[in-house]
Amino acid sequence: MARTHTPLPDLPPPASTIGMVGWVRTNLLSTPLNVVLTLAAIYLLYISMPPLIGWAILDADFHGSSKDACTSSGACWVFIKARLDFFIYGFYPTSEYWRVNILYVLLAIIIVPQFISNFPRKSWIGIAGLTIFPVIAYILLAGGVFGLTSVETNKWGGLTLTLVISFVGIVAALPIGVLLALGRRSDMPVIRTMCVIFIEIWRGVPLISVLFMASVMLPLFLPEGVNFNKLLRALIGIVMFQSAYMAEVIRGGLQAIPKGQYEAADAMGLSYWKSMSLIILPQALKLVIPGIVNTFIALFKDTTLVLIIGLLDLLRTVQAAYESPEWPDVAAEGLIFAAFVFWIFCFSMSRYSQDLEKKLDTSHKN
Amino acid sequence: MAKTTAARTSSSAKTGDAAIEIINMNKWYGHFHVLKNINLTVRNGERIVICGPSGSGKSTMIRCINRLEEHQQGQIIVDGVELTNDLKHIEQIRREVGMVFQHFNLFPHLTVLDNLTLAPIWVRKMSKAKAEEIAMGYLERVKIPEQADKYPGQLSGGQQQRVAIARSLCMSPKIMLFDEPTSALDPEMIKEVLDTMIELAQEGMTMLCVTHEMGFAKTVADRVIFMDGGEIIEENEPNAFFNKPQNERTKLFLSQILAH
Repeated sequence: MARTHTPLPDLPPPASTIGMVGWVRTNLLSTPLNVVLTLAAIYLLYISMPPLIGWAILDADFHGSSKDACTSSGACWVFIKARLDFFIYGFYPTSEYWRVNILYVLLAIIIVPQFISNFPRKSWIGIAGLTIFPVIAYILLAGGVFGLTSVETNKWGGLTLTLVISFVGIVAALPIGVLLALGRRSDMPVIRTMCVIFIEIWRGVPLISVLFMASVMLPLFLPEGVNFNKLLRALIGIVMFQSAYMAEVIRGGLQAIPKGQYEAADAMGLSYWKSMSLIILPQALKLVIPGIVNTFIALFKDTTLVLIIGLLDLLRTVQAAYESPEWPDVAAEGLIFAAFVFWIFCFSMSRYSQDLEKKLDTSHKN
Repeated sequence: MAKTTAARTSSSAKTGDAAIEIINMNKWYGHFHVLKNINLTVRNGERIVICGPSGSGKSTMIRCINRLEEHQQGQIIVDGVELTNDLKHIEQIRREVGMVFQHFNLFPHLTVLDNLTLAPIWVRKMSKAKAEEIAMGYLERVKIPEQADKYPGQLSGGQQQRVAIARSLCMSPKIMLFDEPTSALDPEMIKEVLDTMIELAQEGMTMLCVTHEMGFAKTVADRVIFMDGGEIIEENEPNAFFNKPQNERTKLFLSQILAH
């Protein structure tokens, strides 16, 4: 009766289930089909990687300032280096580059803390980024006040223009989208109908035709002498177009919120706007972060379409540069560079949204 | 029936202490007549249990009292204010009427404490510090002050329902509505919620409670109301209601519910 129980000691797991070997076995060689696929993938890498690395790095030219410096068989990265100013600033006057540089520094000051958890006052920095920053950015870019030389918007270009368009698009499309989504679910028939018509019209038209209409057709309807600037017209077109998409994404989130949440908020005596802003929207927006960021990424890439109305975004500056006779045969380098810059921004947005989702998750489902 | 109703409303009008008066109220869902000629007067401090088979309209009736459902005919007067389409009146009544739901309906994106302080801060315009002090007081009363900083998803069903009760109490309501508060709970958690409700009843809160917990009805109710097919079939004080039911449908219902 006095026998005591001694627990068995923990044994190490079999070597084939842990570590490198275990990983390879479970992920690469678990079934005959997986073995075949793994071998095929290795073969594809074997035939494609060496030439690619050779072209992009080993045989590439990095030094020099003109096409003549590109003597080897690989990529001519000299092109990117030589025309980098053009890709970033477009036709912005060289003497005023410092104004754009200040903006990039400010942008970094605003964005970098958002990626660092527990950075002090980071939400205030974010709010300043959405409110004060656009004003400062406009003053710095356009000039004409505080002794700054005025720079016409048709001189703006390159990455700067791409960022201006996407920033304005993102900052304006989200709130307008929220209002449209709420309006579409409103009990008031007039508001609901207006929102449905707005959303369905803008969503049913290709962005290219919106931009064409903004730049070519709009002036036909305006009285003579009234003319507002091409960039502003493109911006309005993009914001309207993207806010219609945003509205539908957010409506999806609103519909996913259980009726009980609306009822609990009502039963407490919260007004419509308070119950929306305190209870419903925080939950709905959190649910559709992937959809919202998807729309942002699409918007960021769609800004390249402004080239058809003659605005010089990043892609158009790259294209203009490799089409010039001074730089023959560098289209691939230019396009890879442009793609890489776009990818960096889009991938950052994607990662940021994943972090945000994790941080905001209070569901404790598991 | 019509005579007794008239007598009741006139008597309550004389004494003037009616918390809720429902007079000849009718409601339809499309063509479906879901509440038929409801007459009910609830005095201040009265505890009423409403029971009946599912689909009898009992939840719909108490949801009309804070306008989560709209009635189409008749009058509902809560705390001296008549419910009409006037949003001001609706919000005024909702401030004074707390509601506890079957599925708790806590706000999952807010901590327990924020759930409790939200309405006092935004509706009653209370300072954050004051609202938190009151909220902690109610959390202690429902015996879960240690959960204040957790999210609703981390709590058991019984704890969530007690938080929901505390959340309603933070608005210092004059009337509390309970819509099947224990129906979504596991059996071992029902008692903790009922204990909280019994305590509340003993403090003199005006309560309307839709529930199948007949033990609770016997312990605290001043009156038990039986509904079926959208009508109030029978109402009486608990002893008489359970021991000498008058209507055949009441007898059938009680035999079914007390059988197990």
